[in-house]
Amino acid sequence: MSNDSHHKENFLQKYIFSVDHKIIGLQYGITSLLFLLFGFCLMMVMRWQLAYPETPVPIVGGLLGETGILMPEIYNMLGAMHGTIMIFLGIVPLAVGAFGNYIVPLQIGAPDMAFPKLNAASYWSYFVGGVIMLTSFFMPEGAARSGWTSYPPLSIFETGQTMWLIGMVFLITSSLLGSMNFIVTIVQLRAPGMTWFKLPFFVWAQFVTAFLLVLAFPPLEAAAFLQLMDRVASTSFFLPSGLVYSGATVDVYGSGSPLLWQHLFWFLAHPEVYVLILPAMGIVGEVIANNTRKPLWGYKTLVYSIVFLGFMSFIVWAHHMFLTGMGQAMSAFFQTTTMIISIPSVAILTAFFISLWGASIRFTTPMLFALAFLPMFGIGGLTGLPLGVGASDIHLHDTYYVIGHFHYVVAPGTIFGLFAGIYYWFPKMTGRKMSEALGKLHFWPSFIFMNGIFMPMFIQGLAGVSRRLYDGGQLYAHAQDVLQWNEFMSISAFCLAAAQIPFIINVFVSMFNGEKVDRNPWGATTVEWSAPSPPVPHANFEGDVEVYRGPYEYSVPGAEKDFSPQTEK
Amino acid sequence: MSDHDNGHIEDHIRVYLTVFGALAVLTLLTVAASYMDISTTEAIFLALTIATVKASLVAGYFMHLINEKQTIIWILTLTFIFFLFCMFIPMITVIDHTSLS
Amino acid sequence: MQIPYTIEERPDTGLNNSKLGIWVFLASEIMLFGGLFSAYVFLRMAAPAGDFAYWGSKLSIPMATVNTLVLISSSVTMIMSWVSLKMKDFEKYKMYMGLTLLCASIFLVIKYFEYTGKFHHGIYPSSSTFMGIYFTLTGLHGLHIIGGMIVMGYFWLPAGYKMWTSEPEHFTNRIEVVGLYWHFVDLVWIFLFPILYLL
Repeated sequence: MSNDSHHKENFLQKYIFSVDHKIIGLQYGITSLLFLLFGFCLMMVMRWQLAYPETPVPIVGGLLGETGILMPEIYNMLGAMHGTIMIFLGIVPLAVGAFGNYIVPLQIGAPDMAFPKLNAASYWSYFVGGVIMLTSFFMPEGAARSGWTSYPPLSIFETGQTMWLIGMVFLITSSLLGSMNFIVTIVQLRAPGMTWFKLPFFVWAQFVTAFLLVLAFPPLEAAAFLQLMDRVASTSFFLPSGLVYSGATVDVYGSGSPLLWQHLFWFLAHPEVYVLILPAMGIVGEVIANNTRKPLWGYKTLVYSIVFLGFMSFIVWAHHMFLTGMGQAMSAFFQTTTMIISIPSVAILTAFFISLWGASIRFTTPMLFALAFLPMFGIGGLTGLPLGVGASDIHLHDTYYVIGHFHYVVAPGTIFGLFAGIYYWFPKMTGRKMSEALGKLHFWPSFIFMNGIFMPMFIQGLAGVSRRLYDGGQLYAHAQDVLQWNEFMSISAFCLAAAQIPFIINVFVSMFNGEKVDRNPWGATTVEWSAPSPPVPHANFEGDVEVYRGPYEYSVPGAEKDFSPQTEK
Repeated sequence: MSDHDNGHIEDHIRVYLTVFGALAVLTLLTVAASYMDISTTEAIFLALTIATVKASLVAGYFMHLINEKQTIIWILTLTFIFFLFCMFIPMITVIDHTSLS
Repeated sequence: MQIPYTIEERPDTGLNNSKLGIWVFLASEIMLFGGLFSAYVFLRMAAPAGDFAYWGSKLSIPMATVNTLVLISSSVTMIMSWVSLKMKDFEKYKMYMGLTLLCASIFLVIKYFEYTGKFHHGIYPSSSTFMGIYFTLTGLHGLHIIGGMIVMGYFWLPAGYKMWTSEPEHFTNRIEVVGLYWHFVDLVWIFLFPILYLL
């Protein structure tokens, strides 16, 4: 199937239904950034309620009814949709769909992905899923409100869940098709000379991520069908016998199991969180190598660690279920695998830290974000340990401690990695650099306020404040001493929002007025920098690509420049 | 896959037809076995064993897995390991449950 | 610019893109049906003793046995249609592909009678958890049959002849890939049949 662009493409073919991985990557990028913004706004409304209970919400209060006060049912709705949107419509499409699609073919020296039409189909399936999720807000009873985890029996009876399930089917399909494409592309389309151990760490990260998606998502798709049937076909896959809802016995056959949903859900959702972090780790690796002007320390360690991490991520899922009554043997099994999985994460983080030793560090904006990623992911990872041990998890499960833990990994963790990627690869996509001044104006407040939001959550969680509480713990005696943090966290959130304004301005202004640069402004070694900026449509490179050396040959003794590109003889 | 010529193909056809015969026989066998007077556990074991043999024939000969490339074998092995986890671990967590006694 | 290894094999992996692609897709399908089989096990354990055996006895073993043999036959005709292309015999290919489509249709017709028979007796997915998982497993399997038929139908009609005359090797590979999918659908049924009908 030839992909020659000898024929003139019309506007639709070129920009809307393009099969060029770069256009599709940008489509994913724009859509996902908009969803991230929307998900952030949902959270800000929630945080207003937590800081100033039962007071009218400014700006959007009009949408919440006559009083302008956020009601508990809507709070739950915002909470469920915040999680869903950030994970499935925001981070994964940005990390995998946007960055993966745009950069991976370039880094391996390929003209496009293995299946360009399938690539376009993946994007449009994501788009449809996103439209369905957004539309659910406008349904008579609103969007889903049973948490992004959709536990039955609540999710069987609560409103908005049917649209959520249908939307998820489209999103899962998009991910499956996409990850299939990534695996075949990375295995088959590496340029001559690009052996497995010459691949940039970013490509390895995307490769492992693709396996996680392709093998872990299907059980959730199966579970989503089952839940859909419970909702619309009166089956009782997840409903036990004798269930009473709103005072009446539920009229179903029964003998189902809510635990079944939890197992099938977390079988995906645990690998999913590694899907959230791995691409960001990949980006951080690229940016650190480039801005330290040295090879990454422990390349092979990094590769083996990330592969091992991927494998282990499939067998830890029930650490989300320690409190469901499983016996000692299984609990011990999952505690053990969970402790083991922390080892490769530590190995990766350590390798990155050691990479800084003796380096000539350039504190460019991407590097600032990459450097900040390290301690932030460190905190996120370390706070996961008490959650992975059953005994301490009894106290911490379903508290704000958990929210603090996973947000540290995803928010100042992954999102900082993704910002680093945007600043780093912007010149390749547009031929212009983003403003360093605006970049620093974006970075410093973001770094400070991220910690302002999430650090106090550990304090609240340790005190026992449960998550998903509309009033943030007001009614509980054990929460009284830590309630004052609510206002502090909310203000940090609003300030974090303000800190994104320089970023948004930077993106738009730099697209048209940014400093014009040549094809390799960062002096980088990996293959994408040998292509023009932006790369040639449907072909990427101007001639044949051949790879002669490893991905991080910086400061090679005796070399002319302080970097030796992979494609240079 | 251009390593087949007409003579070779005849052998392959013979293999396919033999497998077809084996599959038909095994199908009837599995139905007959279900009428045997054995315990449920034994019945499950027997049925799954026969099914696995049939599946191996289809996978091995119809899907050419018997001489497929390493990449594919690795991917399937990995998948199979996770499949086993997905099948058995949830079941075990229910069997091995905490109780008040 | 051409995407390499669409038709010819990459030397170090020995595969072309579609072959690898379909196997990765089938890996995800193994996990999909695996999730449902896992649900079956869980639900059987959660149900009262003998509940699944009781509801399972309402299924028709003869109909399903016939269906099993029909599907196995369709697998054979499928591979024979690919073999015909390798022997450059397009007419034989059309015959075998037609037979495959016929077998698939027979399978669906028998399934239709099975389902409507149940509905006629007031048995629906909601009637019990066994029936729920039975309809879901066989229903999803049935959807896969329909999907396969659509693709096979497309390659059987004039579009197939056009592809055969312009790029015979690519077309042969495509039929091989479709065959792999079809054999997988047969494979799933090989497990579904004893688990649902006989145990």
